[in-house]
Amino acid sequence: MINLPLLPILIPLLTAVILMFFPKRIAAQRLISIVATIGTIIASAVLVATVKQNGIQTLNLGSWPAPYGIPLVSDMLSALLVLTTSIIVLFVVWYSIFYMGKEHESFFYYIGIQFLMVGINGAFTTGDIFNMFVFFEVFLIASYLLIVLGGKKAQLRESIKYVLINVISSALFVSAVAYLYAVVGTLNMADVSQRIAEINQPGIVTVIAILFLLVFGLKGAIFPLYFWLPSSYHAPPIPVLALFGALLTKVGVYAIMRTYTLFFYHETGYTHVILGVLALLTIIVGCIGAIAYRDVKMIIIYNIMIAVGVILYGVAVMTPDGLEGAVFYLLNDMVIKAALFMLIGIMMAIVGSSHLKDMGGLIKQYPWVGWTYFVAALSLAGIPPLSGFVGKLLIIRGGFTAGDFVGPLLILVSSLVVLYSAMKIFINGFWGTPKEYHGAKKHLAFRLWIPAAALMVLAVAYGVGAEAVRPFITQAVEPLVNPAIYIEAVLKE
Amino acid sequence: MEILMSIVIGILFTCAVYLMLSKSLLRIIIGTGLLSHGAHLLLLTMSGLKTGAAPVLTEGITNYTDPLPQALVLTAIVISFGVTAFFLVLAYRAYQELGTDNMEKMRGTESHD
Amino acid sequence: MKKPNDLILKTVTKVISFIIILFSLHLFFAGHYEPGGGFIGGLMTAAALVLLLLAYDMKTVNTILPFNYKIMTALGLLIAVLTSAGALLFNVPFLTHAYDYFELPLLGETSLHTAVLFDIGVYLVVIGITMTIIQTIGESE
Repeated sequence: MINLPLLPILIPLLTAVILMFFPKRIAAQRLISIVATIGTIIASAVLVATVKQNGIQTLNLGSWPAPYGIPLVSDMLSALLVLTTSIIVLFVVWYSIFYMGKEHESFFYYIGIQFLMVGINGAFTTGDIFNMFVFFEVFLIASYLLIVLGGKKAQLRESIKYVLINVISSALFVSAVAYLYAVVGTLNMADVSQRIAEINQPGIVTVIAILFLLVFGLKGAIFPLYFWLPSSYHAPPIPVLALFGALLTKVGVYAIMRTYTLFFYHETGYTHVILGVLALLTIIVGCIGAIAYRDVKMIIIYNIMIAVGVILYGVAVMTPDGLEGAVFYLLNDMVIKAALFMLIGIMMAIVGSSHLKDMGGLIKQYPWVGWTYFVAALSLAGIPPLSGFVGKLLIIRGGFTAGDFVGPLLILVSSLVVLYSAMKIFINGFWGTPKEYHGAKKHLAFRLWIPAAALMVLAVAYGVGAEAVRPFITQAVEPLVNPAIYIEAVLKE
Repeated sequence: MEILMSIVIGILFTCAVYLMLSKSLLRIIIGTGLLSHGAHLLLLTMSGLKTGAAPVLTEGITNYTDPLPQALVLTAIVISFGVTAFFLVLAYRAYQELGTDNMEKMRGTESHD
Repeated sequence: MKKPNDLILKTVTKVISFIIILFSLHLFFAGHYEPGGGFIGGLMTAAALVLLLLAYDMKTVNTILPFNYKIMTALGLLIAVLTSAGALLFNVPFLTHAYDYFELPLLGETSLHTAVLFDIGVYLVVIGITMTIIQTIGESE
């Protein structure tokens, strides 16, 4: 089956198209979404197994040979990301069935999610830089639909900002691709890498590298470009927020990871130092936000930024350890963030507010939610043996190997801040005197809790079974450390 | 020709930035339109403005145009067409709901702290 | 309310819109080897429909052409995706097209291409999307 790398993109696309014929029949929408997402998970799992066994899988779309056509390239990194994305989408869809109201669900909600998955899986898999732009646009347009869903005043206002920011970053993306094409005359990522190596990365390529950093940094919300994230992410309903927080910023992070290890690895003294400094500043800003706010949504949203900073620091040091840690932490963070948003969604559904001052004593009535949240918080901070630990350990070791001491120390301190901010929710929300709540009933909270807890079980298994996952991660890092492997796989005769 | 186009692109970007910094939502949308026009023109210009025959189709041509930028720019135009249309509808809805198209007045009212 | 004097527009539209649609069909079939194709053809057909909307009102146009444009978009996407996915049955890469030259009565030697099926999908999607946008903005007035 040579089309295997395509299946995680094609299945959601076909599902979305089929769902468009009957947007108002909610029961059918739910059932088909769940079944199709399970199908996508199976396809991506087979893909991971195949990549593990046979190495990087490539597919030249339309039978145009590389470097002339558009290739899809599934190395271990992209296959793992595709698998994680599909799993998260499944749990979020499951959660939405109980969380979203009928009027939201009938307004192209599941169709939007499927298109979002098409775009994200496509952006992870493609081996062509312009095609990556196209897939970025696919998931962005789907995200525009999801962010305005419901059409409340605050949402409309925030989505205008969100759309504006992304339109600007798309225009910059096109400009960056234009400059890159003018310099190297190709768009195939493997071929671009080869030609930049041939001309030995002159100054103009470094400029392009910074332009790409701006574009992907806007998506990934790194330091000076994060300003839109907190307020925009605060507006949409929780399941949408879980998808955005877990997946959208991570696509930006993946794109930086890919371009900075495949294209711009010659002048690390300039580009990667900038990336590292920005990553650390992102961590600091994220920490300030996470400490300052007492709104549960905002606390977790600022935690997204901290995670982005930690991962990008791992990329910036460019040591095998750092990169391995970055991949490890990236996968962990996607799952944990989705689970955390789902858990605080349950709290908000019970309380009817997202502010900590309205919460308290939830552990008396909802001990299962409380203890699941507790485990999630510990794993977010990176307490061993939970899943955040291994990634952070490797990133910090990578930083020390590279001779940097500020970065690793800052990451260690940030872990404390993360723990503090997450525990703030636990102490104020679950402990204290119980209040009268008029939100969701207990059985609804229980139904919402099942997918969140299932996702947490996965995350814990990922952390405890790190030894079993390790070979996959090591294989994922190989093409990042040595671009020749990637180039060889794509441009083979 | 490339020099002239570069200047045009510069003017487009300048106007786009000017419009996007204004307070009226409609002007901002026109600004994003101009910005993407500038980017598309940049994409065409950067690959060299050659004139010549279509490549591949007939044999023995030496002077041919690069078909790739045209395909790319068409894709980019289609995307920006869709996004601009969506943005206009969104702005219209926001105008109806919020009763204003002035970005100053659209500032957040509820606190998140 | 004053009745608008749009006699010229209405009369011209009756003739022009057919010419535009015919030309858009020509553009559609000219694609692949000459300038044209599904996207441009679709846009031009949509332009003809918009002209009808300008000259008459939405209600009249909906009576003449009772299409649900959202379904049309979905149908177009389905055709395009299935055409490209047809390659999977033959275990060749996605989007691979088949073509050959045939002797057809009247037309002589013609190249028949599965890409034209894909283009029909694009054509329908473009008309569907454009008209949905126009209707969404137009309806609320």
